[in-house]
Amino acid sequence: MIVRILGEGQYDVPETALGRLNELDATLESAVEAGDDAAFSSALTELLDGVRTVGAEHPADSLDESDLILPPADATIDQVREMLNDDGLIPG
Amino acid sequence: MSLMSRISLIFRSKANKALDRAEDPRETLDYSYQRQLDLLSKVRRGVADVATSRKRVELQVAQLEQQGAKLQDQAEKAIAMNREDLAREALTRKSGLNGQISDLKAQHAQLQGEEEKLTLAQQRLQAKVEAFRTRKETIKATYTAAEAQTRINEAMSGIGEEMGDVGMAIQRAEDKTSEMQARAGAIDELIASGALDDASSLNRGDDITRELESMSSQAEVEQELARLRGDSLPAAQQPEAIEAAPQGDILAEQPQPATETKDGQP
Repeated sequence: MIVRILGEGQYDVPETALGRLNELDATLESAVEAGDDAAFSSALTELLDGVRTVGAEHPADSLDESDLILPPADATIDQVREMLNDDGLIPG
Repeated sequence: MSLMSRISLIFRSKANKALDRAEDPRETLDYSYQRQLDLLSKVRRGVADVATSRKRVELQVAQLEQQGAKLQDQAEKAIAMNREDLAREALTRKSGLNGQISDLKAQHAQLQGEEEKLTLAQQRLQAKVEAFRTRKETIKATYTAAEAQTRINEAMSGIGEEMGDVGMAIQRAEDKTSEMQARAGAIDELIASGALDDASSLNRGDDITRELESMSSQAEVEQELARLRGDSLPAAQQPEAIEAAPQGDILAEQPQPATETKDGQP
């Protein structure tokens, strides 16, 4: 499975690691819903680190679509909320 | 994968230019290159800062050395004037300056070493950034080529469909042509058989003209008959001629005007 961290690149993540990443993802989501900045930034760091650790960097010259996309490491809770709005991150 | 899935879904559902931009590896590469350039410019600024500090230290050392030379001069003058106390004071101050100078020189050497290391790092980074730029451009070109290939394939399939339409049009045109040819053939046959007038022949389709022509041809037939009768049955016409003609050569005096047709032909 290819996971893209926006502004960073793609990682090949084995299916076996998805369980753990799912847990981190759920924590991140509840932090976004609760509007808890501190919990959000630590959950995001943990999730991105998790992807970087279990995943292997997908070659930059291999042009494949990502299966999953994660916000950039420096994203704020507001940016992620905006991203999740109906309009998405990019208007139009 | 709730959050990740949601974000992915949002990006994927926006199948437009904006999505392509977000997911375009070329953009990612450009972004990385920009980050590297930023880093390089930071290193350059660092090198410039260190060089500035080194120059400042050099200036301070030069000033202190100048001051030290001045104190040395003053000490010598004081000795010449038998003012040993003043000379001692001057030399004491000079000694203090020497301590500062030696500290500054140590700092200068340290700064110089740092500057050299940073310059080297800057050169290496610059080479790496340059190499990345080349690689990035190659990857981008490959991507663009792949994208173009996809577009070409799409266009080709589109052309295929259009070609189908063209094929249909050609078929229709061919059908129409053979239909017209068949019709022309049938018309030719009809004209040949007399069932249909040849429209290309002028003044032949007109009833009045036909009547006039028919009359004219009947008159010609009558005249020809009359002439022939005159040739083969001269006796029938001779009494009138004999009566009218004076005595002499009857044959030579054959009255031509009597057999002359109305249009002057014999």
